[in-house]
Amino acid sequence: MTDNRMVEAGPKRPAQSNPWLIGLLAIGGFLGLFLAAKAKDGVMEFHGYLFMAAAIAGIFASVSKAFDGPKAAPVERGPGVTYNDGVIRAGVIASMLWAVVGLLAGDFIAWQLVFPELNLDLPWTTFGRLRPLHTSAVIFAFGGNVLLCTSFHVVQRTCKARLAGGPAGWFVFWGYNLFIVIAATGYVLGVTQSKEYAEPEWYADLWLTVVWVVYLLVFLGTLRKRTEPHIYVANWFYLAFIVTVAMLHIVNNLALPISLFGSKSVQAFSGVQDALTQWWYGHNAVGFFLTAGFLAIMYYYVPKRAGRPVYSYRLSIVHFWSLIFLYIWAGPHHLHWTALPDWAQTLGMVFSVMLWMPSWGGMINGLMTLSGAWDKLRTDPVIRMFVLAIAFYGMSTFEGPVMSIKAVNSLSHYTDWTVGHVHSGALGWVGMISFAALYYLTPVMWERTRLYSLKLVNWHFWIATIGILLYITAMWVSGIMEGLMWRAYDAQGFLEYSFIETVEVKQPFNIIRAVGGLLYLLGAVVMAYNLWRTVRGDVAKEAEPALRPSVVTDAAPAE
Amino acid sequence: MTYEQLSSIAPTVGLIFFMVFFVSVIAYTFWPRNRDKFRRAAKMPLDEE
Repeated sequence: MTDNRMVEAGPKRPAQSNPWLIGLLAIGGFLGLFLAAKAKDGVMEFHGYLFMAAAIAGIFASVSKAFDGPKAAPVERGPGVTYNDGVIRAGVIASMLWAVVGLLAGDFIAWQLVFPELNLDLPWTTFGRLRPLHTSAVIFAFGGNVLLCTSFHVVQRTCKARLAGGPAGWFVFWGYNLFIVIAATGYVLGVTQSKEYAEPEWYADLWLTVVWVVYLLVFLGTLRKRTEPHIYVANWFYLAFIVTVAMLHIVNNLALPISLFGSKSVQAFSGVQDALTQWWYGHNAVGFFLTAGFLAIMYYYVPKRAGRPVYSYRLSIVHFWSLIFLYIWAGPHHLHWTALPDWAQTLGMVFSVMLWMPSWGGMINGLMTLSGAWDKLRTDPVIRMFVLAIAFYGMSTFEGPVMSIKAVNSLSHYTDWTVGHVHSGALGWVGMISFAALYYLTPVMWERTRLYSLKLVNWHFWIATIGILLYITAMWVSGIMEGLMWRAYDAQGFLEYSFIETVEVKQPFNIIRAVGGLLYLLGAVVMAYNLWRTVRGDVAKEAEPALRPSVVTDAAPAE
Repeated sequence: MTYEQLSSIAPTVGLIFFMVFFVSVIAYTFWPRNRDKFRRAAKMPLDEE
């Protein structure tokens, strides 16, 4: 094991536990016990005990901290500024684990579509229960933890201020992950409010609201403490993501529980109003969770890794305002040719087409940030990953507006084309930019001089890229094929194909998709191994690439 | 206010609001006094670590 540490630990100082924190945790624990005791169904009882267990674990953690004896003081970076990096490290580890869990669940259900026997004839492992587990695990658990830890990193660094609220940052991290566990176990046990990407029931939603408001306050508090006069643009994107997700989450989850001690609730809206609220939520979950948040990552980590300033800061401002003011109107394109009024469908379509411009403006800004550093594309696989992510961002934000056009949508809607589109955005853009950010963040956060192995990053890059390409091309073919089969009429005006015929013919493409997903999962496992060895402080013995006389590209910059 | 009244003024209000907003964003972006601020801001990620 080669030594890979950069900085010596600072002087020791005694740790303290916070009596207010312990009091709040105790109240939370009793609340969980109360819910469990009065519960009207098994899932509520289980979640009550789970909540209690989390609160007890929190109390143990904060009490034992006080008995730990003196702890190393954080390293000062500049005059009087120390950063809260512990919560960022926790977020990196959580992201790594959830990536593997979420992709595994996804690939498992992809194989279920090929071999239905894989549902194991058990209620807990049917497609209907594992599918929300997959989407929530990759979007909210993996993506959410990446956004949490990178936002805490970026806001502290660009404000030159310590994360506000002391233990509140830790509350956000553990509270958010508790929400994920409550949601995920609920799905497997059959609890859902049947809204896509908003499946968790009312009590989980309330808990997330508490966590999210604390997250917003921590973020705003840190911005307030900033010692830099200007708020860097990445923070604008993070703030838009936090504020909008709060708004979407609250409105779309307005519901009346049947009992305060039962897991089932009834939606506040009904019919087409409910559908429109749901897709206003659903599309802005894409726009603000999966786009604005990850654009914040692009605007900080791409300049950082490339060592170049943002190509055009002015463009980033126009990008920001036009993106957030257009995205919010695009939701109705999910309801083309439904009971939604025609004008609302057209409005959704027009705003989706207009979104082309800010999306591509942002893509150009990200790519051109590499001007003057394009050579790194050859030598640094992490930069290559960033570029691939931005390229997929451009591609899927081109495809999306095309699919939102009513005529195109009449062919693509409900088919695998939609599935392929989502995955080119999710695997190509969100996944790759997250992996690249984790590759940057891990050596920096654990104060290692470099990653364990750049060769493994390169393997990850190629395995994942081939996986994405297999996935999306298979879905294009099967999606357009089934769309055409659904609308084929014979000479007498009858439908040419029965539904089951369109399912049968997709078999080979479903196999290709599942193989693509498996490759992508494999890539994430390679990453988890690489990051784990980096955390341990190991450095692989690797031959330097031949065409690289003197450049060491992976140096976690130490200026 | 009825649905008909609202739907007759909504497009105009929307148009004016978005145009004014967009023009103000562009003005802020290209305001000469902001030039140096943005030039410095573009380098903010490179400041430390």
